[in-house]
Order: sequence, then structure tokens, then C-alpha cells
Amino acid sequence: MRLKDKVAIVTGAGSSIGQESAILFANEGARVIVAEINDDAGQETAERIGKNALFVKIDVSSWEDTKRMVKSAVDHFGGLDILFNNAGIDLPYATTVVDTEISDWERIININLKGVFLGVHHALPIMMAQNSGVIISTASRAGLGATKGEAAYCASKGGVVSLTRQLAIDYGKYNIRVNSICPGGIDRPTIDRSEFLDQSVGALERRNEQIIQKVPIGRLCSPQDVAQAALYLASDASAYVTGTALVVDGGGLAL
Amino acid sequence: MGLLEGRVAIVTGAGSGIGKATALRMSQEGAKMVVVDIVPDAGQETLATIKERGAEGIFIETDVTNSDHVERMVDTVQSNYGQINILHNNVGVGGSKSAHDTTEENWDRIINGCLKSVFLCCRTIIPLMLKNDGGNIINTASVLGLVASPKQSAYCAAKGALVLLTKQMAVDYSVQGIRINCVCPSDISTPTHQRFFASREDPEAVRRSLMERHPINRFGKPEEVAEAVLWLASDSSSFVTGVALPVDGGLTAW
Repeated sequence: MRLKDKVAIVTGAGSSIGQESAILFANEGARVIVAEINDDAGQETAERIGKNALFVKIDVSSWEDTKRMVKSAVDHFGGLDILFNNAGIDLPYATTVVDTEISDWERIININLKGVFLGVHHALPIMMAQNSGVIISTASRAGLGATKGEAAYCASKGGVVSLTRQLAIDYGKYNIRVNSICPGGIDRPTIDRSEFLDQSVGALERRNEQIIQKVPIGRLCSPQDVAQAALYLASDASAYVTGTALVVDGGGLAL
Repeated sequence: MGLLEGRVAIVTGAGSGIGKATALRMSQEGAKMVVVDIVPDAGQETLATIKERGAEGIFIETDVTNSDHVERMVDTVQSNYGQINILHNNVGVGGSKSAHDTTEENWDRIINGCLKSVFLCCRTIIPLMLKNDGGNIINTASVLGLVASPKQSAYCAAKGALVLLTKQMAVDYSVQGIRINCVCPSDISTPTHQRFFASREDPEAVRRSLMERHPINRFGKPEEVAEAVLWLASDSSSFVTGVALPVDGGLTAW
């Protein structure tokens, strides 16, 4: 039980990386705030975990919602030890900078980047007061090197990597560790927008095949792969690790 | 024959500091300068210096975080010169704090000033460059987009995002003849830098600790950043795109 008696918040916990992480954290002894904007998805994760979970419906880009999210951890579980900022979105169309609608740019930056700031802003006073805490954020391989047709997404994730380093510097003295995870080759449509736009039969398989060719380990990244990285960063096993961007990409970046 | 002879170059935030130095340097190399700033007096002063030295240019008062302003600015450039060859997105906004001390207003102001401004200018100007068979974009990022510093949460987030936006745009547009790079200055002696010190509790201690981070044991000059921008803007760097070039006296070499 690597997270025994810990209280964790996982945002975007209704699906994929967030859902796997929430369940894994709970299996390791944590009580988990399942923060999610989608009711059904959030309820499902909370039900799968059982009594050690509480679903809180939030929009991570809202000051008030993120404040309420942190408060609910304190009110229901008596504190907050781990904040996993995982919620993120991408757009269902190729976002070269010229093609990006201004409103879509704002949505991506506000959810993927400002969402991390807001969660952290509200969680920090609690962690500072108890002189301990762990903050993890889902960045992306696209936050370290660019992907075609992903202007707003790359910018937002580059911001998360950089913000993470900054937080590590300011809050190390409070024994708060701050790290990001950079998944790559993930089995969901965040890579290569132009391929994703192709809805024809077999397009997804062709896209995945292309991704796999660029991954030395020869398979796509699963949500479980990322959840395991998050568990490592959340646990005392990583007690001297802070300010890093942990790449979980099957070796893609090493190519 | 200057390195930028006959080219039209826009520099945002050209009223002071790095932007002013770049505008003066580019005009020396024969570029027709578009001086963009939100402060009319400062922009006019830069333009006056350009003209005193016998070069050509115009000043356009612009808030680059406002899409209407940006479009108006670009229309003005088009009607004056009919083309845009070089864009130096240099506007930045300071005033960061630690994350728990950062208000939503402060966060938005810095993200908009450092990041959205670049998005808006690029979004508007790249289509014109594409029609023109190419162009050159240089963004002023910062070493704080590569490494972190205390009490700079929103600024580090914005500059890290800008480094990746630079690389991303390079991936999308280099094949169409637009090279896109950024410079990453460390501490450069500018009015913004002075304001930064003034905002700190113990300016002298902050100055000392920042100096210690520089192997070269001094802060930089705006002119030294301008030389890097000029190189990236000129054909001398014709195979260079998508890079974040530190101009930092060795700060990121440790």
C-alpha cells in the first residue's frame, strides 16, 4: 500500500489516464476526489472505487470550481496530500496557428494550462501549512517537442512543463514535490490531427500503426503505463524527485 | 548592401529594451521598420531615431493582446508597404509571483501579454507571408521558458508555452518557407529589468543571486539580443528553424 491514508485529487478522472490513476491510487490505499466535468464518467469512476472515492463535478478552468474541489477534499477526507492535474483537451481539427479559432485557443490554454495553475493555487496553502504535498500534472511528449497541426496543444503542454519546474523551485522548501508526466504514443487521438480527421474505415488502425513505427518499444502507450508513472511520483519512492518532466513514451523521444 | 535590404520588418514592443535595440539594428541593415508599441511616446522615439539615421519606418500604436488592434496594425502595414517579411514578436509582460500569491487577473495578464499576443500576430500575419512565398518570425521567449526561477509562476508558464509554440509553428510552416525561431534572453539591462528589481523586497540580494547564475558574470545588453535576432532574421541562418537560442551569458549551461 504505497499511498496508505493519503488523500488525492485526480482531475479528468472520468476516463483514460485519470480514471486508471484514480483507481490505482485507491488500490494503493488513497482516498480519492474524482474531479470530472462529465457526470456519467465521474460517477462511473467513483462507483468502481467505492467508499474511498467522492465524485466532484468541476470545470478545471474555473476559479470557483477548483476552489470547491480542494475544499471537498478537506471537508470529506480531512486533508489533501496529492493533487494530480490530469484534465486536458484537444481539438477535433488540425490546429495550425492560422486555422485555430481564437475561442478554441483560449479554451485549450484555459483548460490545459490555467487549469493546472488554478488547482495548484488552491491546493498550495493546505500543503504549505502541513509542510508536505505532491503535485503531478499530465503534460505531454508534445510539451517537449512539437507535433504537426497541434499549435494550441503544444503551447499549452510546453507551458505545463515549464510551470512545473517553476513550482518545484518555489515550494521545495515546504517539502512539496512538483513533477509532470509526458506521455507519448498514446492510444487516443491526440497525435497528428490530420490523420485523426480521416474517419474512413481502418484510418485509426493506420494512424496507430504509424505511431508504433516511431516507438522503439513497439506498442502504443496505455493509460495504465501513465498511471504507474503517476503512482511513482505520488509515492515516497520518488522522495528526491521534483521539477522533472517524466517521459513515458516507449522511447519515442530517444529516436 | 545590408543583410535585410528591402525587407519589411515588424517589431512589437519596439519602444524600449530589446525591441528598440532590434528595430534599430534591423533598420541599420536596410529593413523598412514597423515600430509597434502600446506606448505612443516610446514608439515615436524609436521611429525618430531610425529616421535620424536615414532609414525608413512607421510607428503603429497597438495593443497586441487585442485581435482587432492586431488586424488594424497589419492592415496599416499592408497599405504602407504591401508586404511583411519579418515579424519579431517581442512584447512581454512581467510582474509574476509565486503560484499561491498569483491572482487570476495577474495570471491572465501575463499569459495574454507573453503568449496570446504571439498567437494573434502569427495567426494574422502568417497567411500574408504564405502568399508572399515565405517569411521569418522570431519570438522573444526567455531562459525562463527553459529553466525556472523563484516567484515567476505565470511568466515561466507563458515562456515555456511560447518556446513550444515556436517549435510547433516551425514544424507546420518551415516547408512553406517561413522559418520560426525564438531567442531566450536571461537578465538583460532594460527598463523592464529595472522594474523587476524595483518590485522585489531586497533588490540588491536578487541582483546578486541572479548575477551568480551567469557564468559570464554580468547581465546582457539589449544590443546583444538584437544581434541574435538579426542573425535569425537574416539569410545567414537559412537552415535554422524551430530553435530556442539562449542569449544568456551561460546561464543555462550549468
